[in-house]
Amino acid sequence: MYIIIVGGGSVGYSLCKALLREGHEVLVLDKDPAKCEKFEDEFGSVCMRGDGCEVAVLAEAGASRADVFIAATNEDEDNLVACQVAKHKFGVPRTIARVNDPKNEEIFRRLGVDCPVSVTNVILEHIEEKLPTHPLIHLLSMGEGKMEVVEVKVLEGARSVGKAVKELSLPPDSVLALLIRNGQKPQVPTGDTVLNVNDRIIALTTVDGEEALKEALVGRSNG
Amino acid sequence: MFWRKLPVACYYTGRISLEEAVIVKVIIMGCGRVGAQLASLLDAEGHDVTVLDINAHSFRRLPPSFSGTALVGDGTDLETLKKAGIEQADAFVAVTQGDNRNVMAAQIAKRIFNVPKVVCRIYDPLRKDVYEALGLEALSPTTIFAEMLKDRVLS
Repeated sequence: MYIIIVGGGSVGYSLCKALLREGHEVLVLDKDPAKCEKFEDEFGSVCMRGDGCEVAVLAEAGASRADVFIAATNEDEDNLVACQVAKHKFGVPRTIARVNDPKNEEIFRRLGVDCPVSVTNVILEHIEEKLPTHPLIHLLSMGEGKMEVVEVKVLEGARSVGKAVKELSLPPDSVLALLIRNGQKPQVPTGDTVLNVNDRIIALTTVDGEEALKEALVGRSNG
Repeated sequence: MFWRKLPVACYYTGRISLEEAVIVKVIIMGCGRVGAQLASLLDAEGHDVTVLDINAHSFRRLPPSFSGTALVGDGTDLETLKKAGIEQADAFVAVTQGDNRNVMAAQIAKRIFNVPKVVCRIYDPLRKDVYEALGLEALSPTTIFAEMLKDRVLS
């Protein structure tokens, strides 16, 4: 694939290195000649000097044949504009923007960036995943943030322990996709699968159904 | 004193009647020379003007007679925009030094807050064309001034 990266900072550098290693054709755009030189020294001619928001620069970079466009500078407005120009002027099928201020993630999505990546939110998700007491972990969000894949751990004292899946009052727009039980191969739960303490369940749910799903799986039994 | 709020200049010159004098609520992002002058022009006509700038020092450019609101804050931030009253605004103008900041703020005003009239400044003529094609009302001082200079030189 031909991938254009705007911004040769630490994120751009690591991305370039990883994507080159995977065999992609990569071009980094940066305004700073010193940064360009650094790229040239290490990777050969993969860097072009120029402003990645400028139409003329993107034309020279061959943006119209790019498969993926990644804007990874530390300025949110530059990342937004670079992605929009790439998408609307050059028809790049997939635009990805680094979002520095997490508040901008939703704005970027609404303004047409295919995949806004908020560094802060990614870190938060990783920390959440590592916290043992958190019964519901977000693994992935999809469908423009309306659907998500979550992991739920069945804790002791939960209402669902010892019950079959069909007996649970699951919200209508949620699906239990996978059951992970210690020492066993992951299995797809059926209506008759009985849940045990410490079972981990991967489920697909809407954002609105998330609370109900959590309640059904890990809600405390009354009394 | 409700009449102070009316577009007095137009009314006093007899160009419009009192009934026709419509107050427009305008938010101007960027209090540079252009932003400050636009703010004072609109304010003098009695419109409801709010000026945003990330630097309070920029507000020195507003005339002492300015009766609108000057607010320190980032015009690409939703909370700041709400504080500036964007949900009731009739018009939004983005005239900071950065093309990309202007473009982002203008799109937020237009697409997220549905402000009826949104205008932004984009120095780069090519970028201006891209965003005009996307439905933003944009002005490029570069093009406008170059054309004016050309006319002067050839006259």
